[in-house]
Amino acid sequence: MSRKTTDRLATGTIYAFVGVVVAILCGLIGYILITGIPDISWHFLTSAATAFTAGGGIRDQLFNSLYLLLLTLVISFPFALGCGIYLSEYAPQNWVTGLLRMAIEVLSSLPSVVVGLFGYLIFVIRFNLGFSILAGALALTFFNLPILTRSIEEALQDVPNLQREAGVSLGLSNWRTITKIVLPIALPGILTGIIISAGRVFGEAAALIYTSGQSAPTVDYGNWNFLSADSFLNPMRPAETLAVHIWKVNTEGITPDAVAISAGASAVLIVIILIFNVGARFLGQRLYQHLTASKSK
Amino acid sequence: MTAIMTSTDVHLAYGAKEALHGFDLSFKQHEISALIGPSGCGKSTYLRCLNRMNDLLPDVTITGTFKLGAQDIYAAKVDVVTLRQRVGMVFQQPNPFPFSVYENVAFGLNVVGHYAKADLDQRVETSLKQAAVWDEVKDHLTENARTFSGGQQQRICLARVLAAQPEVILLDEPTSALDPISSAKIEQTLLTLKANYSIIIVTHNLQQAARISDQTAFFLNGQLVENTPTQQIFIKPQQKTTSDYLNGKFG
Repeated sequence: MSRKTTDRLATGTIYAFVGVVVAILCGLIGYILITGIPDISWHFLTSAATAFTAGGGIRDQLFNSLYLLLLTLVISFPFALGCGIYLSEYAPQNWVTGLLRMAIEVLSSLPSVVVGLFGYLIFVIRFNLGFSILAGALALTFFNLPILTRSIEEALQDVPNLQREAGVSLGLSNWRTITKIVLPIALPGILTGIIISAGRVFGEAAALIYTSGQSAPTVDYGNWNFLSADSFLNPMRPAETLAVHIWKVNTEGITPDAVAISAGASAVLIVIILIFNVGARFLGQRLYQHLTASKSK
Repeated sequence: MTAIMTSTDVHLAYGAKEALHGFDLSFKQHEISALIGPSGCGKSTYLRCLNRMNDLLPDVTITGTFKLGAQDIYAAKVDVVTLRQRVGMVFQQPNPFPFSVYENVAFGLNVVGHYAKADLDQRVETSLKQAAVWDEVKDHLTENARTFSGGQQQRICLARVLAAQPEVILLDEPTSALDPISSAKIEQTLLTLKANYSIIIVTHNLQQAARISDQTAFFLNGQLVENTPTQQIFIKPQQKTTSDYLNGKFG
């Protein structure tokens, strides 16, 4: 075979593989959207789920998913940021750092159902939190922490060392170099990391079945007192999320329109995750432009 | 003229491998001193001892004494952050922060103190003028410093260092990534600056050393071969190796 033919063959093979991956992805997303979107209506998004009759919506599940995501990020972001800064900027090359990295790697490959059962034992039972948003958020933090830490570390590592040298040689302290120079430069990358991990958290079901529970009690969306039992903000109430709802409707749903609800809810889930991803890119770019003042030119 | 920086019995090792083998070298105030020598001779390594940038590398051992004025800069009580403000540095690759020109220079200023807005504006302008880049950037102060040419970026970096009001400016091959015209501008700037600052420059460009420096130190294999007034070293070097290097017999 001549070199030219080999080259063409190799290129063709690579394109074929890429084509297969893209086809699978488009087919999957397309199928979910095509079967689901007709079931989405304003009524579907804004009414409560029903147990036995048709015509139930996903209002509470949608809100629960977003609220849980927010709480998870509020809890996990500070830890991940600290850990990422440590690993990227301070950690010496020794066995302690090696152990830490390995721990993060292992944690990130834990099956989410294991994280869920662990969360059930420790938060729901031992700490007596019951099935609650808080227990769910803590379990999801376990799940989210390694990925977020890794992506923050990578974003910081992408900042060229010359920038650190410039800061330090100018007489900035280490801390000020990190906060005033390295972090702002890494911010778009960090943001992208947060939003992509948010997508994963948003679609998570297995870790939540045993922690935030499978029921969505009726809550009062006008009650802003998060200590009151029927407030939508109360973190101690059980909360079925969208992903859990899809699982539950499919396994034990007895409403006549279970199939339609599941299809609609899946489409909503996918659309929101797509919005996260597109939003991440857009926001990251905007933020970078803003921070680097590269506007008019 | 008095010496601004002195170093005696300088040894430096990366791990077990010694890179600087023990020599004395001092620099006079308000002069330009050039460090020359072939690649890998230790001149940049030595330069980075003078503001303790080598501290950032793991596993580096430095012995000997380094003094800024009368102060031992490696003494335990020395604040490295203050030292680096007093001994500024410009690098081989222009490395402005990816922020606006104004912010870049303001970073240097905020190291020394906090200023009112009007005062800050004034000092940013002064620093950029000192670095001879003001005319080119004055209408673009809010633009990203990275969008300028390499030569302009390097002068913005110089302005940033000047804003921190150092006593000594270290330059590590500042023009090796630049075209001849930009290099000439930097050289011109340095000649003006030496009235108020002491400048130590590592350069691969022998003509550059000859054009701008008052004193030239020749390094070879981690040793200082000789340190002679520039006018002399290029005409009548004291050592044969220096003469061989300057005549292009090696390096």
